Amino acid sequence: MDLSFVLSLLVFSPLLGIIVLAFMPKTEEKTIKIVGFLATLPALVIAIGLYLHYLAGKALSDFSVAKDWITFGGLQGAEAGFWKVNYELGVSGFSMLLVLLTAVVATLAAIASIYIKKEWKGYFMLFLLLEIGMLGVFTAENLVLFFLFFEITLIPTFFLIGKWGYFEKEKAAYSFLIYNGLGSAVLLIVIMILFAKTGTTNIEMLTQMMNDPNVPLSGDLKLGLLIALLIAFGVKLPIFPLHSWMLRVHVQAPPSIVMIHSGILLKIGAYGLIRFGMGIFPEQFETLAVLLAILGVINLLYGAFLAFIQTDFKMVLAYSSISHMGIVLIGLAAMNEAGVQGAIFQVVSHGLISALLFFLVGAFYERTDTSLMENLGGMAKGMPIASGFLLAGALASLGLPGMSGFVSEFMAFLGLFEEMPWIAAVGCIGIIMTAVYLLRAVLGITYGQSHRDFTGVLDLKGVEFVPVVVLMALIILIGVIPSVLSSPLQATLETIMLGLGG
Amino acid sequence: MSLEDLTSFNWGIMTPEFIIVGVAALITVLDLFMPKKQDRRILGWIGIAAIFAAMVSLAGLLGAAPESILDDTFRLDSFGKAFKFLLLAGGALVLFLAVSYKADEGLEEYRGEFYYLFLTGLLGGMIMTSSGDLITLFIGLELLSISSYILAGIRKNNLQSNESAMKYVINGSIATAITLFGMSYVYGLTGSTNLLSIARTLQALADAQHAYLLGLAFLMIFVGLAFKLAAAPFHMWAPDVYQGAPTPVTAFLSVVSKTAGFVIVARIMISIFGVAASEGPGSMPILYNMQDYIAVIAGATMIIGNVVALKQSNIKRMFAYSSIAHAGYILVAFTSLSSNFFYTVWFYLLAYLFMNLGALAVIQIVEAKTGSTKIADFAGLYRRSPVLAVAMGILLVALAGFPGTAGFIGKLNIFIGAFMVQEPHYVLASVMIATTVVSYFYYFGIMTQMFFRPAADDSKFTKIPVGIVVVLIVTVAASLLFGIFPDIAIDFVNENFNHFSDFLQ
Repeated sequence: MDLSFVLSLLVFSPLLGIIVLAFMPKTEEKTIKIVGFLATLPALVIAIGLYLHYLAGKALSDFSVAKDWITFGGLQGAEAGFWKVNYELGVSGFSMLLVLLTAVVATLAAIASIYIKKEWKGYFMLFLLLEIGMLGVFTAENLVLFFLFFEITLIPTFFLIGKWGYFEKEKAAYSFLIYNGLGSAVLLIVIMILFAKTGTTNIEMLTQMMNDPNVPLSGDLKLGLLIALLIAFGVKLPIFPLHSWMLRVHVQAPPSIVMIHSGILLKIGAYGLIRFGMGIFPEQFETLAVLLAILGVINLLYGAFLAFIQTDFKMVLAYSSISHMGIVLIGLAAMNEAGVQGAIFQVVSHGLISALLFFLVGAFYERTDTSLMENLGGMAKGMPIASGFLLAGALASLGLPGMSGFVSEFMAFLGLFEEMPWIAAVGCIGIIMTAVYLLRAVLGITYGQSHRDFTGVLDLKGVEFVPVVVLMALIILIGVIPSVLSSPLQATLETIMLGLGG
Repeated sequence: MSLEDLTSFNWGIMTPEFIIVGVAALITVLDLFMPKKQDRRILGWIGIAAIFAAMVSLAGLLGAAPESILDDTFRLDSFGKAFKFLLLAGGALVLFLAVSYKADEGLEEYRGEFYYLFLTGLLGGMIMTSSGDLITLFIGLELLSISSYILAGIRKNNLQSNESAMKYVINGSIATAITLFGMSYVYGLTGSTNLLSIARTLQALADAQHAYLLGLAFLMIFVGLAFKLAAAPFHMWAPDVYQGAPTPVTAFLSVVSKTAGFVIVARIMISIFGVAASEGPGSMPILYNMQDYIAVIAGATMIIGNVVALKQSNIKRMFAYSSIAHAGYILVAFTSLSSNFFYTVWFYLLAYLFMNLGALAVIQIVEAKTGSTKIADFAGLYRRSPVLAVAMGILLVALAGFPGTAGFIGKLNIFIGAFMVQEPHYVLASVMIATTVVSYFYYFGIMTQMFFRPAADDSKFTKIPVGIVVVLIVTVAASLLFGIFPDIAIDFVNENFNHFSDFLQ
């Protein structure tokens, strides 16, 4: 059976929801929310289908699709297939996991959108557009298409933050736009240089061509391109000192969007570093490994120490995200199988954990109008169930064995200890700090001294249970049976290791 | 020249020009005999019909081999045809704006001129695309310029409009004089005004001293023509003129006049300086030696345009600076002169035509409603008219060069050109991309007003004139279509213009 239509269907399925919404009256709050939620389901079903297809032992390359799209004019070699950018979608084990993560988080974030108070129609249309962009990013098989979807995520996010966010939303939206705009500008330069020098933007072809001595790219130029990539994706990840925009976004954006932002959008940075940085420039990546390890440790420690002194729980989580992204860098810097696998695990695991924690913050904020830890003290009395999940989420985040956070941290550090034991040893302080700041924050909220009366505050109810239960179940599933992630990753890892010469 | 010679020419290749000139004359006469109080709008519609007729006749000429008539002064090659399409499309959309333009103070009596001057200006541009001679190029340039001077000042009792026309005339004349002076050097050295024979003489130029003279001529011509492009250092007129002129005239200047400017730059620069040897026969052409200067101008234009635009509170002024910035982007293509040069410039101008005219259409209707052109007047546009706001949003995203729009593909072409040549222009391309990010600030500033801010006045936009509706549908659709399926454009070019390879034959 020809399955090449599946990925296009997956990526563009939210479009159906956008069209339906466009013809709906904008006052029908409830219907709009239901339609918005339903519109995320086709993508989820297809993504699960991809995973089942994999489990059934069939090749993921069945889904690859390539069609003629853009030709660049008046250039030599146009007939031989060069100077063309095709519409190419495909999935590997790694990108399939991220597609699945995207679809799950998007559906759950659509449920979390019950907290949106105004202009639901515009909100959901942008939300679904954002989903198209995210799904496209992970399935694009060439750099131009990747860039296209990458930028498609930018515009809806700008509006979603700027219109539906909290007090300083416009400032947050602008700093999001400009930082990410700069990052993608650098990325575009890299893409265009590669295209102009090689005549193709297909990722697989580029990976092969980099080993070809006839390709007119000097080692210095490659190193320059890789550093540029590091900056481009470093903004997204974010790598210290390019992180300040991300704090604003996490504090100002509405909870459902922070779930997506922290759960998926930041991961595009990690995906890009692994797929393009490591995939296309393996040799140069090796020369930067020490730098990456140091940057990773800085991220880890900087995030952890600053998270410790925050008073706003959202800020704690924002710094915690920076800290956890440090672990991704640490894993990548190790350049061995355990390290890279740990980095990828961390990408998925943090996506789930941060989505859970930010959803809970949203639920608290909805009831108490605050996210300051001081005001939230003693929450366990008013909302015992939510507080329980919060505690469990925090434990997952600090790496309790049996949950997904543990597996990823363990493997990332295992990898780094093998290569650079001293740097890894310094990094370990970060793990201790993580436990300190998370427990301080979470215990303060759940059992801390209460300054306000929470009687009459309702606990989680109805659909609010769906995101927390689903996310928690996945976190524990990965923690207990890591092979749900590691076996699809095997092929991807082997390819990467082959490129690294290991 | 005897009558026999005259009739022997294949006048058919001038049909589009004849249609425009005939209808311009017809409108002039009709205007003269129409009762004073009668609505002149019908003349605008006649003009639109004429442009469509010219387009159809041009389409009929698509298959024709390159041909020159009138002693090689008028040549119809693929370059001429391709850019004539741009001018005609731009002219038609501008006239749609013009017929929807609300009669402002002091404009009723002049309505007739208002329409046929667009046609004469357009004719000037068309002559430039098809000129094989410095004289006809210059005549085309002057025809376009003089029509534009009057159009800029057509709101006779409006102070800003008068100021704008005055500044335009003075600056324009200086620039023209400089260009003409530069051309006189070329004539002095070669004894001819015909581009092809100039090129032949210059190829054999042996004396290095002459090369210096030519270098001087190059700089003078280029700087003078930079005025038409609104490129630095001759960009200062643009903000004042764009702000003061009626919005359809602003649209005409920023699209038709700019396209014509790039046409004349390409004609002169490439056919003369692209072949003139810099140090004796067989050496590098002067144009390549001058790349650094063009790069400086391109860089300065992009930086000035984008940075100064940040500070504007008047939207037409802001669009003037934005238009300066876009001229800078196209100059990057002129700097790199890669093998896809003609297509790159053509496609960017095509994209810019739609994006900019669409945005100006929205500006025109908001201006008509609120009576001013402050950016703050866009506040709450989404509430007052969601359709207008979304259309403007798409056009702004296209102008900012986001993927999925024609603006992005245009920029991609420029980047590829800059990186694929022998000595890649990394610095210039980086300036271009950095200034593009700067431009997000002001384009999204308008978005902020439209979508985030509350409106001062909640009245809805009722009865949008049909001309504006047409322009908006065409421009929004084209901006997206050429962004998602750019191969439509390239297939058209490849089929009909064969890589513009007949430019120098």
